[in-house]
Amino acid sequence: MAQSLDRLKESPSQTAGPYVHIGLTPNFCGIGGVYASDLGSSMINDQTKGERIELRIRVLDGTGTPLREALVEIWQADANGLYNSPAEMRGAADPNFLGWGRQPTDTETGVCLFQTIKPGRVPLRDGRLMAPHISLWIAARGINVGLHTRLYFSDEEKANAEDPILARIEHRLRVPTLIAERRGDTYVFDIHLQGEKETVFFDS
Amino acid sequence: MAETGSNQAPETGAFFQRDRQWHPPALTPNYKSSVLRSPQKALVSFDNTLSESTGRVFGHAMLGELDNDLIHNFARPGESAIGERIIVHGRVLDERGKGVPGVLLEFWQANAGGRYRHKKDAYLAPLDPNFGGCGRAITGEDGSYALRTIRPGPYPWPNGPNDWRPAHIHFSVFGHSFAQRLITQMYFEGDPLIWRCPIVGGISNREAIEALIAALDMQSTIAMDALAYKFDIVLRGRRSTLFENRPEGN
Repeated sequence: MAQSLDRLKESPSQTAGPYVHIGLTPNFCGIGGVYASDLGSSMINDQTKGERIELRIRVLDGTGTPLREALVEIWQADANGLYNSPAEMRGAADPNFLGWGRQPTDTETGVCLFQTIKPGRVPLRDGRLMAPHISLWIAARGINVGLHTRLYFSDEEKANAEDPILARIEHRLRVPTLIAERRGDTYVFDIHLQGEKETVFFDS
Repeated sequence: MAETGSNQAPETGAFFQRDRQWHPPALTPNYKSSVLRSPQKALVSFDNTLSESTGRVFGHAMLGELDNDLIHNFARPGESAIGERIIVHGRVLDERGKGVPGVLLEFWQANAGGRYRHKKDAYLAPLDPNFGGCGRAITGEDGSYALRTIRPGPYPWPNGPNDWRPAHIHFSVFGHSFAQRLITQMYFEGDPLIWRCPIVGGISNREAIEALIAALDMQSTIAMDALAYKFDIVLRGRRSTLFENRPEGN
Protein backbone atom coordinates (compact mmCIF):
# COMPACT_ATOMS: atom_id res chain seq x y z
CA MET A 1 0.00 0.00 0.00
CA ALA A 2 1.21 3.48 -0.86
CA GLN A 3 0.39 6.60 1.12
CA SER A 4 -3.07 7.99 0.66
CA LEU A 5 -3.21 10.91 -1.75
CA ASP A 6 -5.44 12.51 0.85
CA ARG A 7 -7.39 14.78 -1.49
CA LEU A 8 -10.97 15.86 -1.21
CA LYS A 9 -13.52 15.50 -3.99
CA GLU A 10 -15.10 18.57 -5.54
CA SER A 11 -18.68 19.18 -4.37
CA PRO A 12 -20.96 17.67 -7.00
CA SER A 13 -22.88 20.12 -9.14
CA GLN A 14 -26.67 20.36 -9.18
CA THR A 15 -28.97 22.27 -11.50
CA ALA A 16 -29.56 25.95 -10.81
CA GLY A 17 -33.28 25.22 -11.30
CA PRO A 18 -36.00 27.53 -12.65
CA TYR A 19 -35.73 30.10 -9.85
CA VAL A 20 -32.02 30.87 -10.13
CA HIS A 21 -32.94 34.56 -10.47
CA ILE A 22 -34.05 34.76 -6.84
CA GLY A 23 -30.48 34.21 -5.74
CA LEU A 24 -28.40 35.68 -8.53
CA THR A 25 -30.50 38.49 -10.03
CA PRO A 26 -33.09 39.25 -7.31
CA ASN A 27 -33.84 42.77 -8.52
CA PHE A 28 -34.54 41.41 -12.00
CA CYS A 29 -37.20 39.06 -10.59
CA GLY A 30 -38.85 41.68 -8.39
CA ILE A 31 -37.14 41.05 -5.06
CA GLY A 32 -36.12 44.61 -4.31
CA GLY A 33 -34.50 46.10 -1.26
CA VAL A 34 -32.13 43.26 -0.42
CA TYR A 35 -29.21 44.31 -2.66
CA ALA A 36 -28.76 47.75 -4.22
CA SER A 37 -28.29 46.21 -7.67
CA ASP A 38 -27.82 42.83 -9.26
CA LEU A 39 -24.22 41.72 -9.23
CA GLY A 40 -22.59 41.75 -12.66
CA SER A 41 -25.38 43.75 -14.33
CA SER A 42 -22.96 46.43 -15.47
CA MET A 43 -19.41 45.82 -16.70
CA ILE A 44 -18.22 49.15 -18.08
CA ASN A 45 -18.26 52.87 -17.25
CA ASP A 46 -17.43 55.94 -19.35
CA GLN A 47 -13.72 55.56 -18.65
CA THR A 48 -13.38 51.95 -19.72
CA LYS A 49 -10.84 51.60 -22.52
CA GLY A 50 -11.73 49.75 -25.68
CA GLU A 51 -14.31 49.34 -28.38
CA ARG A 52 -17.87 49.26 -27.01
CA ILE A 53 -19.82 46.27 -28.18
CA GLU A 54 -23.10 44.58 -27.38
CA LEU A 55 -23.54 40.82 -27.12
CA ARG A 56 -26.93 39.45 -28.03
CA ILE A 57 -27.04 35.87 -26.81
CA ARG A 58 -29.71 33.20 -26.85
CA VAL A 59 -29.62 29.66 -25.48
CA LEU A 60 -31.72 27.13 -27.41
CA ASP A 61 -32.78 23.61 -26.44
CA GLY A 62 -32.85 20.49 -28.61
CA THR A 63 -36.08 21.62 -30.34
CA GLY A 64 -34.70 25.08 -31.15
CA THR A 65 -36.80 26.74 -28.42
CA PRO A 66 -35.00 29.59 -26.61
CA LEU A 67 -34.56 29.09 -22.86
CA ARG A 68 -36.38 31.87 -21.02
CA GLU A 69 -35.08 31.19 -17.52
CA ALA A 70 -31.37 30.71 -18.18
CA LEU A 71 -28.50 32.62 -16.63
CA VAL A 72 -25.38 33.52 -18.57
CA GLU A 73 -22.11 34.72 -17.05
CA ILE A 74 -19.17 36.00 -19.07
CA TRP A 75 -15.48 36.45 -18.22
CA GLN A 76 -13.09 38.26 -20.49
CA ALA A 77 -9.84 40.20 -20.72
CA ASP A 78 -9.70 43.99 -21.07
CA ALA A 79 -8.85 45.77 -24.32
CA ASN A 80 -5.14 45.01 -23.78
CA GLY A 81 -5.68 41.32 -23.12
CA LEU A 82 -5.25 41.53 -19.31
CA TYR A 83 -7.58 39.91 -16.82
CA ASN A 84 -8.88 41.85 -13.81
CA SER A 85 -7.93 39.02 -11.44
CA PRO A 86 -5.45 38.44 -8.59
CA ALA A 87 -4.08 35.55 -10.67
CA GLU A 88 -3.14 37.93 -13.51
CA MET A 89 0.65 38.27 -13.22
CA ARG A 90 1.43 40.10 -16.47
CA GLY A 91 0.35 43.58 -15.39
CA ALA A 92 -2.54 45.63 -14.10
CA ALA A 93 -5.80 45.35 -16.00
CA ASP A 94 -7.98 48.40 -16.76
CA PRO A 95 -9.43 49.34 -13.32
CA ASN A 96 -12.58 50.60 -15.06
CA PHE A 97 -13.39 47.19 -16.45
CA LEU A 98 -14.55 44.32 -14.23
CA GLY A 99 -14.18 41.66 -16.90
CA TRP A 100 -17.12 39.75 -15.47
CA GLY A 101 -20.83 40.07 -16.20
CA ARG A 102 -24.02 38.21 -15.42
CA GLN A 103 -27.36 38.47 -17.22
CA PRO A 104 -30.61 36.50 -17.23
CA THR A 105 -32.30 35.65 -20.51
CA ASP A 106 -35.45 37.68 -21.17
CA THR A 107 -38.50 35.87 -19.80
CA GLU A 108 -40.39 36.38 -23.10
CA THR A 109 -37.84 36.45 -25.91
CA GLY A 110 -35.01 34.47 -24.34
CA VAL A 111 -32.53 37.16 -25.41
CA CYS A 112 -29.69 38.02 -23.07
CA LEU A 113 -27.78 41.30 -23.58
CA PHE A 114 -24.32 42.36 -22.40
CA GLN A 115 -22.79 45.80 -22.86
CA THR A 116 -19.05 45.28 -22.85
CA ILE A 117 -15.84 45.93 -24.77
CA LYS A 118 -14.00 43.83 -27.28
CA PRO A 119 -11.21 41.95 -25.47
CA GLY A 120 -7.55 41.96 -26.51
CA ARG A 121 -5.62 38.82 -27.28
CA VAL A 122 -4.35 36.63 -24.46
CA PRO A 123 -1.32 34.33 -24.76
CA LEU A 124 -0.84 30.75 -23.70
CA ARG A 125 2.08 30.13 -21.38
CA ASP A 126 4.23 29.20 -24.39
CA GLY A 127 3.54 32.60 -25.93
CA ARG A 128 1.17 31.62 -28.72
CA LEU A 129 -1.72 34.06 -28.87
CA MET A 130 -5.34 33.09 -28.61
CA ALA A 131 -7.83 34.99 -30.76
CA PRO A 132 -10.01 37.54 -28.91
CA HIS A 133 -12.66 35.60 -27.08
CA ILE A 134 -15.10 35.72 -24.18
CA SER A 135 -15.62 32.75 -21.85
CA LEU A 136 -19.25 31.89 -21.12
CA TRP A 137 -20.86 29.86 -18.38
CA ILE A 138 -24.51 28.81 -18.68
CA ALA A 139 -26.77 27.65 -15.87
CA ALA A 140 -30.47 26.76 -16.11
CA ARG A 141 -33.19 24.31 -15.19
CA GLY A 142 -32.33 21.00 -16.89
CA ILE A 143 -28.59 21.70 -16.93
CA ASN A 144 -26.94 19.54 -14.26
CA VAL A 145 -23.45 21.03 -14.53
CA GLY A 146 -22.85 24.58 -15.75
CA LEU A 147 -21.80 24.60 -19.41
CA HIS A 148 -18.58 26.27 -20.50
CA THR A 149 -18.14 27.64 -23.99
CA ARG A 150 -16.39 30.54 -25.74
CA LEU A 151 -17.54 33.34 -27.98
CA TYR A 152 -15.17 34.36 -30.79
CA PHE A 153 -15.74 37.23 -33.23
CA SER A 154 -16.66 36.94 -36.92
CA ASP A 155 -14.47 39.94 -37.87
CA GLU A 156 -11.31 38.30 -36.47
CA GLU A 157 -10.87 35.72 -39.18
CA LYS A 158 -7.08 35.76 -39.21
CA ALA A 159 -6.74 35.48 -35.41
CA ASN A 160 -9.43 32.80 -35.28
CA ALA A 161 -7.55 30.77 -37.90
CA GLU A 162 -4.47 30.60 -35.64
CA ASP A 163 -6.28 30.17 -32.31
CA PRO A 164 -4.83 27.13 -30.48
CA ILE A 165 -8.09 26.28 -28.72
CA LEU A 166 -10.21 26.38 -31.87
CA ALA A 167 -7.48 24.21 -33.43
CA ARG A 168 -8.27 21.52 -30.83
CA ILE A 169 -11.71 20.96 -32.30
CA GLU A 170 -11.43 17.81 -34.35
CA HIS A 171 -14.62 18.28 -36.34
CA ARG A 172 -13.87 21.49 -38.23
CA LEU A 173 -17.51 21.92 -39.24
CA ARG A 174 -18.25 22.65 -35.57
CA VAL A 175 -15.87 25.60 -35.25
CA PRO A 176 -18.42 28.15 -36.59
CA THR A 177 -20.71 27.32 -33.62
CA LEU A 178 -18.30 29.43 -31.51
CA ILE A 179 -18.19 32.47 -33.77
CA ALA A 180 -20.58 35.35 -33.07
CA GLU A 181 -21.77 37.27 -36.09
CA ARG A 182 -21.08 40.99 -36.22
CA ARG A 183 -24.04 43.28 -37.03
CA GLY A 184 -22.97 46.88 -36.51
CA ASP A 185 -21.73 47.11 -32.93
CA THR A 186 -23.66 44.02 -31.91
CA TYR A 187 -22.48 40.43 -31.98
CA VAL A 188 -25.23 37.85 -32.26
CA PHE A 189 -24.53 34.47 -30.71
CA ASP A 190 -26.95 31.53 -30.51
CA ILE A 191 -25.95 28.69 -28.22
CA HIS A 192 -27.51 25.38 -29.23
CA LEU A 193 -27.49 22.96 -26.31
CA GLN A 194 -28.25 19.96 -28.45
CA GLY A 195 -28.76 18.65 -31.97
CA GLU A 196 -27.37 19.28 -35.41
CA LYS A 197 -26.11 22.80 -34.69
CA GLU A 198 -24.89 21.89 -31.19
CA THR A 199 -22.41 24.42 -29.82
CA VAL A 200 -18.99 23.16 -28.78
CA PHE A 201 -18.77 22.95 -24.98
CA PHE A 202 -15.49 22.61 -23.15
CA ASP A 203 -14.04 20.70 -20.24
CA SER A 204 -11.13 22.73 -18.95
CA MET B 1 -5.22 37.28 -2.64
CA ALA B 2 -3.90 40.75 -1.95
CA GLU B 3 -6.86 42.06 -0.01
CA THR B 4 -6.69 39.34 2.64
CA GLY B 5 -3.25 40.57 3.65
CA SER B 6 -1.42 37.40 2.64
CA ASN B 7 2.24 37.84 1.76
CA GLN B 8 2.17 34.84 -0.55
CA ALA B 9 2.03 35.32 -4.29
CA PRO B 10 -1.38 34.39 -5.67
CA GLU B 11 -1.59 30.92 -7.08
CA THR B 12 -1.73 30.75 -10.84
CA GLY B 13 -1.49 27.06 -11.69
CA ALA B 14 -3.98 25.05 -13.70
CA PHE B 15 -6.74 23.18 -11.90
CA PHE B 16 -7.19 19.49 -11.23
CA GLN B 17 -9.47 18.18 -13.91
CA ARG B 18 -13.11 17.74 -13.06
CA ASP B 19 -14.21 14.17 -12.31
CA ARG B 20 -17.27 14.05 -14.50
CA GLN B 21 -18.24 10.61 -13.26
CA TRP B 22 -18.57 12.11 -9.79
CA HIS B 23 -20.71 15.01 -10.98
CA PRO B 24 -24.10 14.19 -12.51
CA PRO B 25 -23.90 13.67 -16.28
CA ALA B 26 -25.70 16.13 -18.56
CA LEU B 27 -28.39 13.64 -19.50
CA THR B 28 -30.35 12.25 -16.54
CA PRO B 29 -33.67 11.21 -18.15
CA ASN B 30 -35.56 10.80 -14.87
CA TYR B 31 -35.04 14.55 -14.49
CA LYS B 32 -37.11 15.31 -17.55
CA SER B 33 -35.96 18.80 -18.43
CA SER B 34 -32.39 17.49 -18.86
CA VAL B 35 -33.49 15.51 -21.91
CA LEU B 36 -33.60 18.45 -24.35
CA ARG B 37 -31.01 20.54 -22.54
CA SER B 38 -28.09 18.12 -22.48
CA PRO B 39 -25.36 18.29 -25.12
CA GLN B 40 -25.12 15.00 -27.07
CA LYS B 41 -21.63 15.55 -28.37
CA ALA B 42 -18.53 15.06 -26.24
CA LEU B 43 -17.05 18.02 -24.40
CA VAL B 44 -13.81 19.26 -25.97
CA SER B 45 -10.99 19.14 -23.40
CA PHE B 46 -7.97 21.35 -23.06
CA ASP B 47 -5.68 22.35 -20.23
CA ASN B 48 -6.58 25.62 -18.48
CA THR B 49 -5.38 28.77 -20.19
CA LEU B 50 -5.34 32.15 -18.44
CA SER B 51 -8.99 32.49 -19.46
CA GLU B 52 -9.91 29.64 -17.10
CA SER B 53 -7.26 29.98 -14.38
CA THR B 54 -8.13 33.62 -13.65
CA GLY B 55 -11.39 34.95 -12.27
CA ARG B 56 -13.15 37.85 -10.66
CA VAL B 57 -12.69 38.07 -6.88
CA PHE B 58 -15.12 40.09 -4.77
CA GLY B 59 -14.29 42.12 -1.68
CA HIS B 60 -16.13 42.09 1.65
CA ALA B 61 -16.95 45.76 1.10
CA MET B 62 -19.79 44.83 -1.25
CA LEU B 63 -21.73 43.13 1.54
CA GLY B 64 -24.57 44.73 3.46
CA GLU B 65 -25.05 43.98 7.13
CA LEU B 66 -28.03 41.68 6.60
CA ASP B 67 -26.86 39.99 3.40
CA ASN B 68 -26.31 36.64 5.16
CA ASP B 69 -29.45 36.90 7.31
CA LEU B 70 -32.45 35.67 5.34
CA ILE B 71 -34.64 35.86 8.44
CA HIS B 72 -34.33 39.63 8.39
CA ASN B 73 -33.03 40.90 5.04
CA PHE B 74 -36.49 41.11 3.50
CA ALA B 75 -38.56 41.46 6.66
CA ARG B 76 -40.39 44.60 7.78
CA PRO B 77 -38.70 46.43 10.64
CA GLY B 78 -39.17 44.49 13.87
CA GLU B 79 -40.55 41.41 12.12
CA SER B 80 -38.95 38.19 10.92
CA ALA B 81 -39.58 35.27 8.59
CA ILE B 82 -41.79 32.38 9.77
CA GLY B 83 -40.30 28.91 10.09
CA GLU B 84 -37.68 26.78 11.76
CA ARG B 85 -34.81 29.11 12.54
CA ILE B 86 -31.46 27.68 11.52
CA ILE B 87 -27.84 28.62 11.08
CA VAL B 88 -25.99 27.11 8.14
CA HIS B 89 -22.24 27.34 8.39
CA GLY B 90 -19.14 25.62 7.11
CA ARG B 91 -15.97 26.12 5.13
CA VAL B 92 -15.09 26.37 1.50
CA LEU B 93 -12.05 24.15 0.88
CA ASP B 94 -10.22 23.16 -2.24
CA GLU B 95 -9.44 19.57 -3.17
CA ARG B 96 -6.11 19.85 -1.36
CA GLY B 97 -8.02 20.55 1.86
CA LYS B 98 -6.99 24.21 2.07
CA GLY B 99 -9.56 26.79 3.17
CA VAL B 100 -10.34 29.20 0.34
CA PRO B 101 -10.73 32.82 1.50
CA GLY B 102 -12.63 35.48 -0.42
CA VAL B 103 -15.15 33.10 -2.01
CA LEU B 104 -18.50 34.67 -2.85
CA LEU B 105 -21.40 32.40 -1.87
CA GLU B 106 -24.92 33.25 -2.98
CA PHE B 107 -27.92 31.35 -1.61
CA TRP B 108 -31.55 31.08 -2.57
CA GLN B 109 -34.41 28.98 -1.30
CA ALA B 110 -38.15 28.55 -0.84
CA ASN B 111 -39.89 29.65 2.35
CA ALA B 112 -40.94 27.36 5.21
CA GLY B 113 -43.95 26.14 3.19
CA GLY B 114 -41.97 25.37 0.04
CA ARG B 115 -43.05 28.49 -1.88
CA TYR B 116 -40.58 30.59 -3.87
CA ARG B 117 -40.90 34.34 -4.25
CA HIS B 118 -40.95 34.06 -8.05
CA LYS B 119 -43.80 34.83 -10.43
CA LYS B 120 -43.44 31.43 -12.11
CA ASP B 121 -43.99 29.53 -8.87
CA ALA B 122 -47.72 28.85 -8.72
CA TYR B 123 -47.67 26.43 -5.77
CA LEU B 124 -50.67 27.03 -3.49
CA ALA B 125 -48.59 27.35 -0.33
CA PRO B 126 -48.57 31.06 0.54
CA LEU B 127 -45.74 33.55 0.36
CA ASP B 128 -44.31 34.82 3.64
CA PRO B 129 -44.41 38.64 3.53
CA ASN B 130 -41.23 38.75 5.60
CA PHE B 131 -39.19 36.32 3.53
CA GLY B 132 -37.42 37.08 0.24
CA GLY B 133 -35.25 33.97 -0.09
CA CYS B 134 -31.85 35.28 -1.18
CA GLY B 135 -28.62 35.93 0.66
CA ARG B 136 -24.87 36.03 0.22
CA ALA B 137 -21.60 35.84 2.12
CA ILE B 138 -17.87 35.95 1.44
CA THR B 139 -15.58 33.44 3.13
CA GLY B 140 -13.06 34.61 5.72
CA GLU B 141 -9.32 33.88 5.95
CA ASP B 142 -9.88 30.21 6.77
CA GLY B 143 -12.63 29.72 4.17
CA SER B 144 -15.45 29.87 6.73
CA TYR B 145 -18.91 31.32 6.18
CA ALA B 146 -22.26 31.40 7.97
CA LEU B 147 -25.82 32.35 7.19
CA ARG B 148 -29.01 32.59 9.18
CA THR B 149 -32.28 31.50 7.61
CA ILE B 150 -35.40 29.43 8.08
CA ARG B 151 -35.46 25.81 7.01
CA PRO B 152 -37.13 25.63 3.57
CA GLY B 153 -40.09 23.30 3.04
CA PRO B 154 -40.23 20.56 0.42
CA TYR B 155 -42.33 21.32 -2.64
CA PRO B 156 -43.99 19.46 -5.49
CA TRP B 157 -42.80 19.97 -9.05
CA PRO B 158 -44.07 18.95 -12.46
CA ASN B 159 -41.65 16.15 -13.33
CA GLY B 160 -43.17 12.79 -12.49
CA PRO B 161 -46.86 12.86 -11.48
CA ASN B 162 -46.01 13.07 -7.77
CA ASP B 163 -42.45 14.30 -7.42
CA TRP B 164 -41.39 16.40 -4.43
CA ARG B 165 -38.09 18.14 -4.00
CA PRO B 166 -36.40 17.52 -0.65
CA ALA B 167 -35.85 20.62 1.47
CA HIS B 168 -32.83 22.33 -0.05
CA ILE B 169 -30.88 25.55 -0.30
CA HIS B 170 -29.28 26.46 -3.63
CA PHE B 171 -25.63 27.53 -3.39
CA SER B 172 -23.78 29.45 -6.06
CA VAL B 173 -20.04 29.42 -5.43
CA PHE B 174 -17.63 31.88 -6.94
CA GLY B 175 -14.05 30.76 -6.35
CA HIS B 176 -10.99 32.56 -7.63
CA SER B 177 -11.23 31.33 -11.19
CA PHE B 178 -13.62 30.80 -14.02
CA ALA B 179 -12.70 27.09 -13.82
CA GLN B 180 -13.97 26.83 -10.22
CA ARG B 181 -17.45 28.18 -10.90
CA LEU B 182 -20.02 25.91 -9.30
CA ILE B 183 -23.73 25.82 -8.50
CA THR B 184 -25.05 23.10 -6.25
CA GLN B 185 -27.76 22.35 -3.67
CA MET B 186 -27.54 21.65 0.04
CA TYR B 187 -29.84 19.02 1.57
CA PHE B 188 -30.68 18.29 5.21
CA GLU B 189 -29.57 15.24 7.18
CA GLY B 190 -32.29 12.64 7.56
CA ASP B 191 -34.70 13.94 4.91
CA PRO B 192 -36.34 10.82 3.36
CA LEU B 193 -37.14 12.75 0.15
CA ILE B 194 -33.43 12.99 -0.75
CA TRP B 195 -33.31 9.37 -1.92
CA ARG B 196 -36.44 9.72 -4.05
CA CYS B 197 -35.46 12.86 -5.93
CA PRO B 198 -34.58 12.59 -9.64
CA ILE B 199 -32.35 15.68 -9.45
CA VAL B 200 -30.32 14.21 -6.58
CA GLY B 201 -30.48 10.80 -8.29
CA GLY B 202 -28.66 12.22 -11.30
CA ILE B 203 -25.55 11.74 -9.15
CA SER B 204 -24.72 8.05 -9.35
CA ASN B 205 -22.27 7.80 -6.46
CA ARG B 206 -23.80 7.57 -3.00
CA GLU B 207 -20.76 9.18 -1.41
CA ALA B 208 -21.11 12.14 -3.78
CA ILE B 209 -24.75 12.58 -2.75
CA GLU B 210 -23.76 12.47 0.90
CA ALA B 211 -21.29 15.27 0.21
CA LEU B 212 -24.35 17.50 -0.39
CA ILE B 213 -26.15 16.64 2.85
CA ALA B 214 -25.57 19.06 5.70
CA ALA B 215 -25.21 17.51 9.14
CA LEU B 216 -27.20 18.69 12.14
CA ASP B 217 -24.58 20.45 14.27
CA MET B 218 -25.74 20.74 17.86
CA GLN B 219 -22.43 22.37 18.89
CA SER B 220 -23.24 25.41 16.78
CA THR B 221 -26.86 25.91 17.75
CA ILE B 222 -27.93 28.96 19.71
CA ALA B 223 -29.96 27.78 22.68
CA MET B 224 -33.59 28.95 22.66
CA ASP B 225 -33.00 30.55 19.24
CA ALA B 226 -31.75 28.50 16.27
CA LEU B 227 -30.64 25.00 15.26
CA ALA B 228 -27.50 24.66 13.15
CA TYR B 229 -26.36 22.66 10.13
CA LYS B 230 -22.79 22.34 8.92
CA PHE B 231 -22.16 22.32 5.18
CA ASP B 232 -18.65 22.30 3.73
CA ILE B 233 -18.09 22.97 0.04
CA VAL B 234 -15.11 21.74 -1.96
CA LEU B 235 -13.82 23.55 -5.05
CA ARG B 236 -11.33 22.34 -7.64
CA GLY B 237 -7.73 22.44 -6.40
CA ARG B 238 -4.84 23.97 -8.30
CA ARG B 239 -1.82 22.10 -9.52
CA SER B 240 1.49 23.50 -8.36
CA THR B 241 3.44 24.98 -11.23
CA LEU B 242 6.45 22.66 -10.82
CA PHE B 243 7.18 22.55 -14.51
CA GLU B 244 6.12 25.60 -16.45
CA ASN B 245 6.95 26.21 -20.11
CA ARG B 246 5.41 23.01 -21.25
CA PRO B 247 4.86 22.95 -25.02
CA GLU B 248 1.16 23.47 -24.46
CA GLY B 249 -1.13 24.33 -21.62
CA ASN B 250 -1.29 27.55 -19.71
